[in-house]
Amino acid sequence: MNLAPLQLCLLFSSALFCIGLIGALSRSNTILVLLGIELMLNAANLNFIAFWRYGANSEPATGVMFVIFAIAVAAAEAAVGLALVITIYRHQKNIRLQDATRLKG
Amino acid sequence: MTAVLILIAVATLCTAAVAMALRNLIHSALLLIASWTGIAAFYLWAGAEFVAFAQVLIYVGAISMVVLFAVLLTRQSRADVAIAPGSLGRVVLALIAGGAVLGVLVGAVLSTKFANSSATTPTVTVKQIGQSLGGAHAAALLVIGVLLTVALLGAVVLATTDRAEKEDA
Amino acid sequence: MGLSVQFLWLIPALPLLAAGIGSIAPSRDRTLASGTAIAALALSFLLSCGALLTALANPADHATHNFAWFELGHGAVRLGWLLDPLTALMCIMVTFVGLLIFIFSTGYLRADARFKQFFCFLSLFAAAMLGLLIANSLLLLFICWELVGLASYLLIGFWFHKPAAAAAAKKAFITTRIGDLGLLLGMVWLYDSTGSLLFYDGGNGVLEPSVLAALGGSTAIGLLIFCGAVGKSGQFPLHVWLPDAMEGPTPVSALIHAATMVAAGVFLMARVFPLLTPDALTVIALTGAITALMGALIAVAQNDIKRILAFSTVSQLGYMMLAIGVGSWTTAIFHLLTHACFKALLFLGAGSVIHAAHHEQDIRQLGGLRGPMKTTFATFAIGMMALSGVPFIFSGFWSKEAILHAAHAWDVSQLPLYLGLAAVVLTAFYMTRLMAEVFFGAARSDAAGHAQENPPTMTVPLGLLAVCAVGLGFLGTPYWPWLQHTLDPLAHVEAGGYGLMMVSIVLVALGLGSGWAIYGRKSRVKSSAADPLAVRAPSVFAFLAARMKFDELYAATFGRLNHGLAVFADALDRHLWDGAVRFFSRLGEFAGVVNRETDEGALNGGFDATSEGLRKRAHSYSRAQTGDAHGYLLMVAFGFVVLVFAVLLGGAR
Repeated sequence: MNLAPLQLCLLFSSALFCIGLIGALSRSNTILVLLGIELMLNAANLNFIAFWRYGANSEPATGVMFVIFAIAVAAAEAAVGLALVITIYRHQKNIRLQDATRLKG
Repeated sequence: MTAVLILIAVATLCTAAVAMALRNLIHSALLLIASWTGIAAFYLWAGAEFVAFAQVLIYVGAISMVVLFAVLLTRQSRADVAIAPGSLGRVVLALIAGGAVLGVLVGAVLSTKFANSSATTPTVTVKQIGQSLGGAHAAALLVIGVLLTVALLGAVVLATTDRAEKEDA
Repeated sequence: MGLSVQFLWLIPALPLLAAGIGSIAPSRDRTLASGTAIAALALSFLLSCGALLTALANPADHATHNFAWFELGHGAVRLGWLLDPLTALMCIMVTFVGLLIFIFSTGYLRADARFKQFFCFLSLFAAAMLGLLIANSLLLLFICWELVGLASYLLIGFWFHKPAAAAAAKKAFITTRIGDLGLLLGMVWLYDSTGSLLFYDGGNGVLEPSVLAALGGSTAIGLLIFCGAVGKSGQFPLHVWLPDAMEGPTPVSALIHAATMVAAGVFLMARVFPLLTPDALTVIALTGAITALMGALIAVAQNDIKRILAFSTVSQLGYMMLAIGVGSWTTAIFHLLTHACFKALLFLGAGSVIHAAHHEQDIRQLGGLRGPMKTTFATFAIGMMALSGVPFIFSGFWSKEAILHAAHAWDVSQLPLYLGLAAVVLTAFYMTRLMAEVFFGAARSDAAGHAQENPPTMTVPLGLLAVCAVGLGFLGTPYWPWLQHTLDPLAHVEAGGYGLMMVSIVLVALGLGSGWAIYGRKSRVKSSAADPLAVRAPSVFAFLAARMKFDELYAATFGRLNHGLAVFADALDRHLWDGAVRFFSRLGEFAGVVNRETDEGALNGGFDATSEGLRKRAHSYSRAQTGDAHGYLLMVAFGFVVLVFAVLLGGAR
């Protein structure tokens, strides 16, 4: 099977996304769930770079710009997310995601 | 060229998968650092050096530290490390969901015919990035700055001891 | 077989690899950690020998291999390797001495629980040091320079559970950082003036004639770079960290604080020698001369065996700087190489004594070790005579003579020569004192009484170093100055000058004789007995024993200034800014109260009914919130799959 490099890149990012998804779904530790979500975000970034590299680009810096902003947002997300983990830990003395159901309706 | 890509991809995916499967949180975090480094290597491969440096600085440098701190701050006793009984079902469910998404994505990627890409690598110098950050994307840069400030304040507020909350409650 | 310059990076890469393997190896596996470290360094040693063969084929050539690191704005940041006799000889010295010290460490730290980490740090240090040596760019050199600083921080603080060791590591790191700031500024300035940081670049490097001519000689750049060397090489006034660094394990002292790291400053000055203007050289010569004399003076009054050697190192580094300052960098490197061998020998000998005497370092508590520790005694004596400059056989004599002759030929001032000659007497004197107190007389404590000779892993390196401490001197005698001519084919070597040689021989004899007369003839009986010198001139001795009060001086000036600034900033923060913030918050609070009063009275009534209805509706929606975050994510995943199928089957492509 002869695959274009772009397709390889996309397969790579799909696989990374699914690893992140499976990790986020299967683990009960909140930190690991967050890390799984980080991996999914990274997979999205990989796509940006792949399309920037192989796509037809009218404006050469756009893909890179997207990734830079996405990384900045991811940094903010990680900081807030881990602060939340610490708060959860303080309230319920563990960080099992299933136990964090205080906002249940 | 392609061989390097496949090497990077396999290394990144393996470390990520093992990190997600490990019992020891510290080891997972360390393996994820390796995985993020692999992604940075991919950016380098694709010719986006600046993004690669940003990836290394922010993920490998900063986020990994925050994660390690969080792991250490929420270290628990040995007792609850054992897998809870109900978790096997969740793992199976997770694998089904992940497999379904992977199948859909791979099918879509393989069945799509991509226009033949340009052979030349687009080059972006740091200067160009700087100019577009200061020019076309200046507004976005400002918004990101505000977002980061708010996230910082939010994280501080969340992580401080909640004396005030107890008074309210 | 030679090693071409393209593959020069292998020399530092091997120890780095060993450090990497060591970091992931299990801590129980001691042989793996030490074995990889030693094997990697041995390979590096062989590669360095190959590099020397290549370099000797054409000594005047500076073979380089440059490459672009990354693009930045207009232009690229370029790094590179450099191979010339200076690099090759230094690499051989570092790998050879390092190898012996590694082997010694396997014996010295046999019982330590963090054995593996120790070898990991040692390898990291060796890698950084070798990287520094092969750099053809001031930037790469600076990066490795800082890595060396980091590794030394880790190694000095290796026994970090001892508060003194943790403090010493911090002190070393911060003190050298002061000098590094100067180096960084010098580097930036140099880049601004020349647009390049490469040393040699086919006519465009900063050390090549055309660029030097365009630069027109800048004393400030040279002095700023010298700041870095002052910090790293323990020169006056930043020497205070070096004696404290002796809190680390003894092999570390030998590796870092005698043989390699402190020599990095001297190496740097030798490397950038063409950049230095006569004014800068004068400053360097005087700094070196002052350091040489001061270190020797303080060493006379110390009682800790390692501290004596530490101050002796400070003094010898002063000699090397003096040699650079008077314009003879080849003799500085000559002295650097011989000093590395005999000082490593002395430190390892001290380590052997300390290990045998159950970590007793106070020379007043030792004594009489000549009998039980014959090998250590013999090798230590060779090192001591080399350091003192006993004539004709020992390497220290030839290298020190070369420096004194160079100082004599300097036409600016004879002051460095006189300071250097004074230090010669003192060096012979304090080394005799050390020998007499440690090895002669009777054992003055149980630990010293039960001392036994150490296993071969510790004594064999001593023997090899002793051979070098004798043999190396013959590479650079005035009659056959091979080393000087290899390093710099244009170097002018001062031949003759028998008068000066006679003077210094007499001075050495004077130092040895007076030392023996005071300490050797009638050796100390009790460990609590006062030092003979302290009896005769108590105030001077106390002043020297307190290391000329440098630490106190710095604490009283810079420390207090820093504290004052911190208090001021704190007050500013607490009262001025906090006051302003409080004022605005009060203002906001007041506005809020006014707002609420108007709100509650006028606006609320009408909304209550509407919001009650909304609340009921919202409550029914909130039932859908199960609180199960996994469930949400699962729904999203399945939702995505279903959506894709719906789109495909719906034919909306």
